[in-house]
Amino acid sequence: MTILKSPTAPPKATARTPMLGWKRREQRVAWAFVAPALLLLCIFLIAPFGLAFYLSLTDQRLVPNLNIPTRFVGFKHYLAMWQDATFVRALLNNFLFVLIVVPVQTSFALFLAILVNQKIKAINFFRTIYFIPVVTMMAIVAVVWTFLYNPDQGIINSFIQTISFGQLGPYRWLEDPKLAFPAIMLMSIWQGVGFQMVIYLAGLQEIPGELYEAAELDGADAWQQFRFVTLPQLRNTSVFVVISTTIMAFKLFDQVEIMTKGGPNDATVTAMLHIVNSGFRSQKVGYASALSVVFFVIVLLISLGQRIVTRPER
Amino acid sequence: MQRPAIEPTKRWQKRPRRFGSYLLMTVIALFSLFPIVFMLVTALKADEGQILREMSTFAAFLPTGELSLQNFRDVFARVPFARYLINSVLIAFTIVLFGLVVNSLIAYALARMQFRGQKLLLAIIIALIIIPFQAVAVPLLLIVNQLPWFDGRMTWLDSYHVQIIPFIADAFSIFLFYQFFLNIPKDIEEAALVDGASRFRMYAQIIVPLSRPVFATVAILQFLTHWGDFLWPLMVVRNPAVRPLTVGMQAFFGQMPRQWGDIMAFATMVTLPVLIIFLLFQKWFVQSVASSGVKG
Repeated sequence: MTILKSPTAPPKATARTPMLGWKRREQRVAWAFVAPALLLLCIFLIAPFGLAFYLSLTDQRLVPNLNIPTRFVGFKHYLAMWQDATFVRALLNNFLFVLIVVPVQTSFALFLAILVNQKIKAINFFRTIYFIPVVTMMAIVAVVWTFLYNPDQGIINSFIQTISFGQLGPYRWLEDPKLAFPAIMLMSIWQGVGFQMVIYLAGLQEIPGELYEAAELDGADAWQQFRFVTLPQLRNTSVFVVISTTIMAFKLFDQVEIMTKGGPNDATVTAMLHIVNSGFRSQKVGYASALSVVFFVIVLLISLGQRIVTRPER
Repeated sequence: MQRPAIEPTKRWQKRPRRFGSYLLMTVIALFSLFPIVFMLVTALKADEGQILREMSTFAAFLPTGELSLQNFRDVFARVPFARYLINSVLIAFTIVLFGLVVNSLIAYALARMQFRGQKLLLAIIIALIIIPFQAVAVPLLLIVNQLPWFDGRMTWLDSYHVQIIPFIADAFSIFLFYQFFLNIPKDIEEAALVDGASRFRMYAQIIVPLSRPVFATVAILQFLTHWGDFLWPLMVVRNPAVRPLTVGMQAFFGQMPRQWGDIMAFATMVTLPVLIIFLLFQKWFVQSVASSGVKG
């Protein structure tokens, strides 16, 4: 009703071609709605994105030295990065993280989702608990886990020693080049699995119940129902979860920066850590931009992969 | 004829299975909670020697020995914790608040209004979702380093706005708003149009009240993202006066010798408020995360 009292009624009577005037006005209003977000996106996303390509072809430094002007170096950085042992190691680490964390975390999340999708008492209590790590800050979690991973008497060491009757450990988790990265993986799964559990849970609840009834009539057991009803029905959800976990794996930064700073001996260095170290700490913005471009291309290919895999089913 | 015969046995079979479920769920719940319980309990133990002695035993999870709030007092004495907390809250809330307005406005125009370049703009926004912030962080640092501000400074470094303004517009938030607005029936707005309501009134008085769920979703997702921001403030903030909790924690963690009791007190004071908010608005949190999965 309040709308009726609008004092700014369109001047229908005065304008000679009311529709045309209205359309022009609509155009202006639309652009006013669009402008703030578009402007911000241009300055803080599109401009730096374009700038990355340009800078990657120069030897730009963070703080320009007036005596040494910035030069155009062509594709020098793109060739040099493959000789940069730390960068190659970083990419390998990112792929290793994907290779292990994506299947483990995804199947664990699906398992949890099925577990908490049962219609039994207190199920909401468990759902809540499994989601709690998601709302904790990664910077905080990383510090707490550093204490849990304490090389001498950390609780994780004593737990492993207890269940193996003293046969295993103690390990120097974050100081051992072989164990540091797996340790970070375990913590990342702990923190991230609840998020994907919720996405899977939403997917499970979309599956029509008749499908299970039909399968049961056909004599399908629990495993067959999972294999031939649940999994195919969750196809798009799974693609989404796998791709978003993969992209997250490539963005890996907070944990390694806080827990190991990429060490020992580059055992836990990641692409993002190396980009920050080159561009920010060593101030080689040109080189870091080239790394950023390669980083973006990898993420782009993964995202396009998602589109291709998802499409045929729709 | 067969049915009544099957059901009782089924019920009998289900009982041990249900027990197994609960057992399994409890074990996993312990796995989810043990670092958090450990953090809370350790924060209450004032004696650093006791913390180190008990760290490898089950007592690490129990409030044993002398309990006090001494560690919390130490944190306030050693670092400007309150300042960090205010900074983090201020930054995250400002991003969320401005983001809701700016992103929903552009989404409304894309979903409902007709203007030249609309389709192209929509395609651009969707394409922008793919660009991760991490890929533009270094060139963005170069840009904000040379931007002027109203106070006459020629750089944005070491300020609140450098941690806020770049994150207000968000392509994925726009996309979520856009999808939601498309599904709102047009009749109400058409009636308003006939009555001569302006577009802004339609947006503010019809669309916004009907879209509370998507506003909540975007707010929660943006908050969860930016509350824990670490990479960007690490690059653009030196001054403790504008430092957020994440970087504050890293600096505190780096101070040797490490006082684990104090560190856990710091961690507890960061985690508990969010945990309480989450428990209060649980349903909203879970729905938001679930709906982030519908893209693609």
